[in-house]
Amino acid sequence: MRWTVWAPLALFTFFVGLAAYQLSQPKDEFIPSGMVGKPLPEFALDPIVDGLPGVSTDDFQDGTPKLLNIWASWCLPCIAEAPHLERLKEAGVEILGVAIRDQPEDVARFLERHGNPYAQIGSDDLSAIQFEIGSSGVPETYVIDGAGIIRHQHIGDVRSDDVQMLLALLEEAR
Amino acid sequence: MIAELGLAALWMCAALAVLQLIGGGLAQRGDEASGMAALVRPAAIVQGVLAGFAFVCLLWVFAVTDLSVKLVATNSHSMKPMIFKLSGAWGNHEGSMLLWVTVMALAGGLIALVEKRLPVKTMQATLAAQGFVAIGFYAFLLLSSNPFERLPMPAQEGQGLNPLLQDIGLAFHPPTLYFGYVGLSVAFSFAVGALMTRQVTPEFARVMRPWVLGAWVFLTLGITAGSYWAYYELGWGGWWFWDPVENASLMPWLAATALLHSVSVLAARDALRTWTIMLGVIAFSMSMLGTFLVRSGLLTSVHAFAVDPERGTFILILLALYIGGALLLFGLRAGYVREGERFQLTSREGALVFNNVMLSAILGIVLLGTLYPLLTEAFDIRVSVGPPYFNPVGAIFAIPMLLVMAVGPLLRWRRDSIKRIGLPLAIIGSIMVTVAVLAGVLGDMAILPLLGLAIAIGLAVASFLPLRGRNLLRVPIATWGMVLAHFGIAVALFGMASESAFTKERLAAVSPGDTIEVGDWQVTLQSVDPIAGPNWTAMEARVFAQRGAGEAIELAPQSRNFWAPQMQTTESALATTWDGQLYAVIGNRAGDGRWQLRLWWKPFVTFIWYGGLLISLGGALAIIGRVLADLKRRSVQSRAGVRRTERREKGFA
Repeated sequence: MRWTVWAPLALFTFFVGLAAYQLSQPKDEFIPSGMVGKPLPEFALDPIVDGLPGVSTDDFQDGTPKLLNIWASWCLPCIAEAPHLERLKEAGVEILGVAIRDQPEDVARFLERHGNPYAQIGSDDLSAIQFEIGSSGVPETYVIDGAGIIRHQHIGDVRSDDVQMLLALLEEAR
Repeated sequence: MIAELGLAALWMCAALAVLQLIGGGLAQRGDEASGMAALVRPAAIVQGVLAGFAFVCLLWVFAVTDLSVKLVATNSHSMKPMIFKLSGAWGNHEGSMLLWVTVMALAGGLIALVEKRLPVKTMQATLAAQGFVAIGFYAFLLLSSNPFERLPMPAQEGQGLNPLLQDIGLAFHPPTLYFGYVGLSVAFSFAVGALMTRQVTPEFARVMRPWVLGAWVFLTLGITAGSYWAYYELGWGGWWFWDPVENASLMPWLAATALLHSVSVLAARDALRTWTIMLGVIAFSMSMLGTFLVRSGLLTSVHAFAVDPERGTFILILLALYIGGALLLFGLRAGYVREGERFQLTSREGALVFNNVMLSAILGIVLLGTLYPLLTEAFDIRVSVGPPYFNPVGAIFAIPMLLVMAVGPLLRWRRDSIKRIGLPLAIIGSIMVTVAVLAGVLGDMAILPLLGLAIAIGLAVASFLPLRGRNLLRVPIATWGMVLAHFGIAVALFGMASESAFTKERLAAVSPGDTIEVGDWQVTLQSVDPIAGPNWTAMEARVFAQRGAGEAIELAPQSRNFWAPQMQTTESALATTWDGQLYAVIGNRAGDGRWQLRLWWKPFVTFIWYGGLLISLGGALAIIGRVLADLKRRSVQSRAGVRRTERREKGFA
């Protein structure tokens, strides 16, 4: 019985230690997707602009690794990453876009102004694909291998130094 | 000038708290009436007055929008309505910490002024403990969160207050919770004082009880108000999300509920001594833990606007110091507290102990669920714990607790038999079984809401049974308080069960003129128009809701855009009837010109908050009853004293 009076103190000490440890850790702002390493969820998205087909899970099954870019015309970092996506396209990468909560005319204007790196663009009005793929914001870029498995998630805009990294990952996924 | 005066008052408060600690500490070693020790009470009183003054200074700079004060510039705006200017004073980190210490200092001053029943040494130890706790908070305020800090150059205009906080709810929700937390800090100081002097007596319990009751009433009000506020302000249609911050307010409440029952056993029967002390420490620990979790940002929650990891470290140190210290003292001294009176299992004490254990178990479950993500994150696994854990696991302990709660007040102290209360038991049991069977047959509902409805109705009846066969005019006020509070639990439980069993939800894209159905309501969107407020513009929908052939009720949900700071919020609109609420939220406009309209019909949801109010009212009645009884006893004692002196004088004459 005597030791029970010390149990609260022991538990409390454990908590303080844990909390102190956690406070000393850098706070991670990003929430990585739990879907990395798993197959793409089933989806089929309608096209949003004329001339570019929509996007579906089947498009990722043809054996070549591709990039899946989650973006929107209303998103500022997406403008910043546009030239780097263009470079990826020039390097021979096939980029499939998903436009989140967007309007056809806005998408068309965006592509006209900032260039079009996309082979296909699907329209996701309800962020349904975002939820299923575990994306917490725009823009995000996913490396999908030839069998439709999600290999890598890149959170935030693609910067100039990310281009080589993404190319290497695509090569690895081959 | 006003800001500097406030700051000076705060520094003096800190000095007085140090004096209180040293004086009270010295008193434990030597003569309790000498030098420093005699200063303890006056120091506590002056500290209360000065802290009150500092808070008034802060209110003043907010009221006149003194933009040379950093806190005003970052949290207020000259165009804000007056009530939000004032409530903005505590709608931020620094101001709310100042509110906390102010209330604590006022409480300390009050006990120093009026409390005469405890042994002098225990009283001084209590005030020393109070001073010790206060010093940490003053250090926190003065060293890392000075509310009176000036800007080198006055700002042109304030940055405004988070729009979610520009609501009348802010005027009430934090202060009530703080009153509750601080009341628990007083109970904590009493517990520490009693541990220091090893004087855990029924008298100590009677002194501590009004503070525990008061804290509990305010916590109940704070949680009720917070729940309703989140319900209508966030526009998510729910009233409880098991969010870490909600749990942070629930845990002290659970501990305080257990404490207030065990303190009653100690006061009436001189039993449960160690347990009461333990709960006194736990209750305050939980309120500090709550503050820590909210401020440190360790757990992500709806209160994320208050986050600052650096300050989190400071609070963690305070937490380790106070709670660690108290638990250490408890470990050292618990063995010296004499064992209390014994009692049989079938007795009022037995039922209260059972409920205490159940409440503590629920507290443990909520604590585990809240901290579990913190634990797994250390191993790089991210989890979030929600209703699928809290509801069923909590219910395992809540259901037996509610059942015993229905019966407990009917039992006698010390020793009783089940046979004696056979009839009321049969009544309560048959009501619960009948309701459960009826609900099971007629309605298609999950097991927890079904049990909730059955227990709620049985408990509602049971809560009035202690009045059976008594002259209602002679029933003590405190007993009425108990009856009312227990009835309030039944009412709130009924609301919760009904909300979860019968809620109807509808999300639709509608054009003006369209009608949609939810439950037995016909809801028509008439128009959506822009309107402007003092510091926002909004799209306001005019919605008419009609039930059967009844009159149409107009609702005006809004989607608001604030411009200082820039933010979009949804303002839900509610139609309240006696049997529930219709809840409407207007969303964005879809591409084809239709508007997203989200509707809920929630039968009897309002009972949740009516229940909360009844519980608080019951607690308030209990305080009034106890204090009145105490005053009566004092006046009888003093009259007896006067008579004794008169007799003695006559004898001498």
